[in-house]
Order: sequence, then C-alpha cells, then structure tokens
Amino acid sequence: MTTAATQPAPSGAAPPAPPARARRSRRRREALLGYGLLVPALAVFGVFTFYPFLRNFYLGLYRNPPFPNLPHTYAGLTQYRDVITSHDFLSSLWDSVYFALLTVPAGVVLALLMAVAAHQRLRGIGVYRTIFSSTVATSVAVAAVIFGTLMNPVVGLLPWLGINPHPPFLQSPSLALPAIAVLTIWQNLGLGFIVLSAGLQAVPDEVLEAAAVDGAGAWRRFSRVTVPLLSPTIFFVVVVGTIVAFQSFGQIDLLTGGAYQNSVVLHTDVLTYNVYRTLVYGGDPGRAAILSIALFLVTLLLTLAQMRLLERRVTYAA
Amino acid sequence: MQRDARRSRRARLAARYAVLTLLAAVVLFPLYVAVVSSLLRLHQLTSRPPTLFPTAPQWHNYGTAFRQGNLGVYMRNSVIQSGIIVTGQVVTSVLAGYAFAFLEFPFKRALFAVFLATLMIPFEVTMVTNLVTVSHLGWYNTFQGLTVPFLASGLGTFLMRQGFRQVPREMREAASLDGYGHWRFLTRVAVPLTRPTVAALAVYSFLGAWNQYLWPLLVTGNDNSVRTVQIGLKQLAATQIQEIPVTLAGTVIAIAPLFLLLIAFQKQLVRGLTAGAVK
Repeated sequence: MTTAATQPAPSGAAPPAPPARARRSRRRREALLGYGLLVPALAVFGVFTFYPFLRNFYLGLYRNPPFPNLPHTYAGLTQYRDVITSHDFLSSLWDSVYFALLTVPAGVVLALLMAVAAHQRLRGIGVYRTIFSSTVATSVAVAAVIFGTLMNPVVGLLPWLGINPHPPFLQSPSLALPAIAVLTIWQNLGLGFIVLSAGLQAVPDEVLEAAAVDGAGAWRRFSRVTVPLLSPTIFFVVVVGTIVAFQSFGQIDLLTGGAYQNSVVLHTDVLTYNVYRTLVYGGDPGRAAILSIALFLVTLLLTLAQMRLLERRVTYAA
Repeated sequence: MQRDARRSRRARLAARYAVLTLLAAVVLFPLYVAVVSSLLRLHQLTSRPPTLFPTAPQWHNYGTAFRQGNLGVYMRNSVIQSGIIVTGQVVTSVLAGYAFAFLEFPFKRALFAVFLATLMIPFEVTMVTNLVTVSHLGWYNTFQGLTVPFLASGLGTFLMRQGFRQVPREMREAASLDGYGHWRFLTRVAVPLTRPTVAALAVYSFLGAWNQYLWPLLVTGNDNSVRTVQIGLKQLAATQIQEIPVTLAGTVIAIAPLFLLLIAFQKQLVRGLTAGAVK
C-alpha cells in the first residue's frame, strides 16, 4: 500500500492529448492505488466481521459435547429448530422485548423533553446542554456500579425513604429487569438528547413562527409541528434504542448475571447475555452461534424497517 | 398593565429555568451521589438520614482504589487500548474514504456497499468465532487481541468519504498541476481540510473504545496485564463488596477523563454522534 502510494503520481502537466497507452496505464495505477487503500480495512472486516458472521451458520450445524476437546457431532438443521423453539431462547427473546419496552419509550420521551427544554435562547443554556449530554461519557459499567449502590438495600437514600422491597430490587424476579432498565435509560439519555437536539435544530423556525401567528399554543406547536417534523429522528432514536436493548450486556453481567441460573430466574436474560453465557458458562459454541444469528436477524429487521420508513418519508417530501 | 406583562414574562422565564434545572437534577443526581459517597466513611453510607454532603471527605479512598484496586494499571491499559483503536480507525477510514472519494476503480460501488454492510453486523454477532480466532493467533490477553478486531470502521469510512467529497474538485486539479501526487494531496490538502470530520471520528471512536465491556471481558486474563478499566470496575465491585466508597472512587476515576473530553470536544462529539443519525 505504501509503495503504491509513494509512487510519483501522474502529473497534470502532461501533454494535452496523451497516447491511449499512457492513459490506460494511468488508469490502472489509479485502480491499484484504490485497492491498496482499501486493503487494511477490508482485511480487518474480512477476518473479524464477515468470516465470523458466516461461520455462525456452519457452527450452528454442530452439537457440542458436554466436555471440551471431544469431537462435536453433526446435528444439521435440527439444532436450529431445537434452539429456536427452546424455552431458553423464547424466554430470552421475551426478556429482550420487555427490556426494550421498558427502556425505549420512557427514554425517548425524557430525552425529547430535554431536547425541547434546551432548544431555546436563554442565558446559561450551554451549561444545561453539557449536563444533558453528559451521560454519553459514562459507560454501562459505570452506570451499573453507581445504580447498584443507589439500589442497595442497606445503603443510602431508598431505604431511608422507606422504599425497600423484599427481595431487594436486583434479586427480585419481577423488579430486577425494571431496575436495570432505569439505569439503562439514564445512561442513554445523553445520546438521545444529542441526536434529538440536532434534529430539532433542523426544524425551520419559520414553520413554528407561522404556527404561533396562527394562534397555536405551545403544546399544539409541539405536538402538531415539531413532533411530525422530527419524526425521522425520533424513529432513529427508537430503532437504535431497541438495538441497544437487545445488545445490553454489561449492566446485566455486573448486577444480576454472573451465574447462569441467576439471570434466567431473574428474567434479565436479554439475547446478548444469553449468547455470552451459552458460550462461556455453557461451553456451547453451536447454540451460541444460532443465538447470534437470531440477534443479527433482529438487528437487521429493525434497520430495514427504519430504512423503509425513511425512504417513504423522503418520497412524501418530494 | 405593562408591569403585569413584565411580571408574567419573568414568571415564564423562571418556569423555564425550573424545568431545565429539574431535568439537570435527574441527570446529575446519580453522579452527585457517586462523588459524595466516594468520599464517605463506610458507616456514613448507612446513616439515617443519608449523608448528602461529605463533611470530612475521605480522599484516601481514591488512593486505595488506585493501589488495592489496581486502577492505575487499568487506566494505563485503557489509554493504550483506546489509543490503538482510535489511531487504527482514523487511519484505515481516512485511506478507504480517500479511495472512495477521489479514485476511480472497477467495483467501487460494490466495495462501498461491502463497507456499509459491516454496519449491519453488530460485534456481538461475531464474538463466538472471534474468540477462537484470537486465541488461535495467540492473542488472548494481549493488546492485539483487544484492539485488532476494531481497527476498521464502516461508519468511519463513510464519514471520511463524505468529508472528502466536500473538498472542491478544483483543489485536486490545482494540486495535480503543482505536481502533487495522491499521497501528498491526501496528507497536505485533503486531511487538513477535513480536520473537523477527522476530529469527530476520533472522539466518537475513543468513546466507543473506552467504554467497551463485553470484548475486553472475553479476551483479557486475571493477571491484569491488559485488562481495561471497565473490567477493572467489575473486579473492584466484586472483590471489595465491603468497600462501596472505594468502588465509587474507582468509577469517578474511570469517568473523569471522559468528562474532561466531553467538555473539551463537545462539538466534535456531537458531530460524530449525529453523523450516525443521518447515515
């Protein structure tokens, strides 16, 4: 790549009508340089994205022995059927959907509220914008440790306020996932705020002013003008939020996971966590590969849905 | 009459600030509690009413987090890991973005589609085999294992291509007349002109790298030689269950660099994050 790049490039000061052969060799050199520049990225994608992605389909055909180092056996497509119809997969899928329902609508509404509140010319608004964006700087691990403390049954505020369920939040089958949802919403607020704010800035002021002149109150302007114009951005945040919900892992590993049984009983077994525990605790790459494919299909469906919707909006606008 | 109008305007203004402040409190409260609790003595954590201001800040909790929690080592590892990933993603994205923006070659559109297709495959979907690949390469518990799978970015390439396409064609022609080859044009003209895009990509990819959790958990060992700070927090939370203030001191240390980055590079970060929204 470097050798191609350091070659003296064809000079623009060449004679006005270069012979066909020179032009052809120049074009060939340009193509070679082009491929050379793509090689580093393509190598990484080939080895660490496309190859492992495709290998999932192959791995899914094999049943793994209970102990490593024994030969695995060919199970064929039946293993796909087994996994997809298993209680383990279906309950994990439900946990993921429930988790998305818990995190996405509430998170988007709160982020939208923040974006609208910060979308005005006021003194000191920059400080508020920085604060509203600030959770993008946190990680799931940080959020999990902080909220783990906040929801600790002995420590701090909640027990003092008399909010102290038995079993505690993070050990309760019905409350563990909502509790994890709370910290996930908090952690994603910054991203939602930033994206929705950018969307709001693209809403033309004239439209809102025209609505105000027509006598529309603040709520009407918001619900009839801002939200419809912002809907592609809102939809984007919803799709990304749902994908994030299905991929949640760190907060579950830190707060309720750890042992295989635990997370299942606590119903915090979202799809990515299931892939991890099937691979690491279950030692079963075959099943984990099938679960990965399921995770991919969910992501794909969501992304395609978003693309279609955006396309339709573009056609309407045209 | 006029005074009434002024008073109602002032009331509205106060209401706006009240809403903003309330929302800010929602965001900041957990962070505030974390900082305060990191400075408390253990018994103060369980006191009723709860201690919301550290009257006798226990700064040594931070020292303890650093020494017993190995936080210094974890932070160093995270800096190295994130540094490699950011550098790698910026370099590969600049090169590929340049090819897509300025060069003509067969199958260009198809290859660009391949780059965009990577955006559809989340990393979680590839980890089963990547774990095997990394251990076959002898990269388990090494910085190569931590970083090489992330040295290219579909979104980064897309961003750089868009950035380069903003460079006027005449600039390329003029540079070519001056005898600039592609390499010189890339380093002297194209990259300097697209500095905001490069910065946005760098900040965005740093954030992603620093906050990675699942992959570092899978490929780093207990000897802490390459373990990153996010996994370090897990260790801290697990081993020092009696030491909540120390664990929280650890979280404050882990987020401090990112908050400084956020304040310093807010504009670039916003560009990077919103670029994803328009793709």
